[in-house]
Amino acid sequence: MEKKGGFIEWLDRRLAITAVWRIMMSEYYLPKNINFLWSFGVLTMLVFAILVVSGIFLLMYYKPDAKLAFDSVNKTIMMDVAFGWVFRHTHAVAASIMFLVLYIHIARGMYYGSYKAPREVVWITGFLLFVLMSATAFTGYLLPWGQMSYWAAQTITTLFEKIPFIGPDLVIWIRGNYIVADATLTRFFALHVVFLPLLLIVVTAIHLYAVRIVGSNNEDGIPMTKEEKKVKGIPFWPVFMAKEYFVMSVFLLFFFYLVFFNYDFAMDPINFQPANILQTPPHIYPEWYFLAYYEVLRGFFFSQNLGLIAFVASMFIILFMPWLDKSPIVSGKHRPLYKIAFWVFILDFLFLTILGKLPPTGLFAWLGFVGSIVFFLFFAALPIISKIEKSQVERAGR
Amino acid sequence: MADDKMSRRDFLLYAMGGWAAVGVAGVLYAMYKTWEPLPDVKAQATTKFDLSKVKPGQLKVISWRGKPVFILHKTPDMKKCDNRTIAGEYTVVLGICTHLGCIPNWEADKKIWHCPCHGGEYNACGVNIFGPPPRPLEIPPFKLEGKTIVIGEEGPEYKKLMGQA
Repeated sequence: MEKKGGFIEWLDRRLAITAVWRIMMSEYYLPKNINFLWSFGVLTMLVFAILVVSGIFLLMYYKPDAKLAFDSVNKTIMMDVAFGWVFRHTHAVAASIMFLVLYIHIARGMYYGSYKAPREVVWITGFLLFVLMSATAFTGYLLPWGQMSYWAAQTITTLFEKIPFIGPDLVIWIRGNYIVADATLTRFFALHVVFLPLLLIVVTAIHLYAVRIVGSNNEDGIPMTKEEKKVKGIPFWPVFMAKEYFVMSVFLLFFFYLVFFNYDFAMDPINFQPANILQTPPHIYPEWYFLAYYEVLRGFFFSQNLGLIAFVASMFIILFMPWLDKSPIVSGKHRPLYKIAFWVFILDFLFLTILGKLPPTGLFAWLGFVGSIVFFLFFAALPIISKIEKSQVERAGR
Repeated sequence: MADDKMSRRDFLLYAMGGWAAVGVAGVLYAMYKTWEPLPDVKAQATTKFDLSKVKPGQLKVISWRGKPVFILHKTPDMKKCDNRTIAGEYTVVLGICTHLGCIPNWEADKKIWHCPCHGGEYNACGVNIFGPPPRPLEIPPFKLEGKTIVIGEEGPEYKKLMGQA
């Protein structure tokens, strides 16, 4: 970068690119006591790039019209366009894997206390990215206009009906029709390909910038100033990224193994039937990454309103972790009580995910209820755990 | 405070801000309106159906505003309910589960509607008897012209039913 008198210096005098480069890359230091879980942030960026590129190529043949959409995907892209199937499977698998990577990234943040002060803005923007990514996945899922696409959109838009006063009118407004129809498809298309990705990019920029300001957390949750990290840590570029390239290549092997040999998991067989407004599929379920929240919705099987409130709460409560958990100890590595709660939460999330796919009858309905309660108990336990830890720390300090 | 004279700069700032707010409100309103159903959707006409085409014990599904309407010709062994019976022997309900909008299936052997999504059940009157549905299947606005039902218009029979319920 420091070639004197070259093009870079010419540009630097006009654009100050070396200053930006230093802040974002070469003088952004990471602690050494981090593990491979810290590589998942960059992996989400990689998957996002894959989604954008594969999406652009799908866009060249996709038709956002209720009459044409299904065939444009299942015939034109899958059969006629050379390598069209690669782009479709890449896009579908990447959408699924995005949530796997995202969940691991979030869980790492939860376990090591990366949401705590002073990283609240990182946590909030990260949460926003999760919500935006969910919205992108949901709107994108309608586009192939298959049976599962259609009924997922129908079911989820119906949820808005329960909002007091404006609900029923709001649903018609969102759909542009009394039912999910052509107008819904085209507007979801616009949101999926332009509006939401644009917001995702903007919030990602803020997220990355915020991490540069407060610095990365570490396994032990030890606060380190930039000067300390300069001596004890490693620069993001080139040292961290050199390691990251290795993780990326392993990840891409796994990713393209899925794309070429195991793409089925991201494709529901029911979705290969065109949308039929008069025929609900026998069993409706969302993609795997929404199953846990869906199970919370169904878990309160005896009260629809309660289920709905719980469903919304289950998606948003994680935003409040920095304020629910005020414990002075940052990392879960040094918090025996929190460690237990965390792993119970993770197991419960997996449990709800599995239950979400099963029919909601008999014993499953009750298990779903118990699972939903445990989900919220984790967040209810946070203030109690931090209170206990606070008194322990005070006693130790005396 | 009251004596403070508004400076020229303040005035310009408020005037510009106010004018910009009007502009933003106008743009938002226009954006909001673009998402409303188009005129041809709003103008979707009423649906007419000849009830006598349904044999006793039979269920017909017709479409109104893109939504399914169940027309069941009831038999004496089915659940009775005067406040939900139309033309003496028919159940006419919107075929949309009041839980989350799925379409329940008629199970002729049990004489109930069963919703495949979350397991809700309705009896032959369309009244919820099991599961998450919070209320009975909705009766669409209708008018009777002899044995023909016009769905989408409020006739005296509809108003009478609503008054009873």
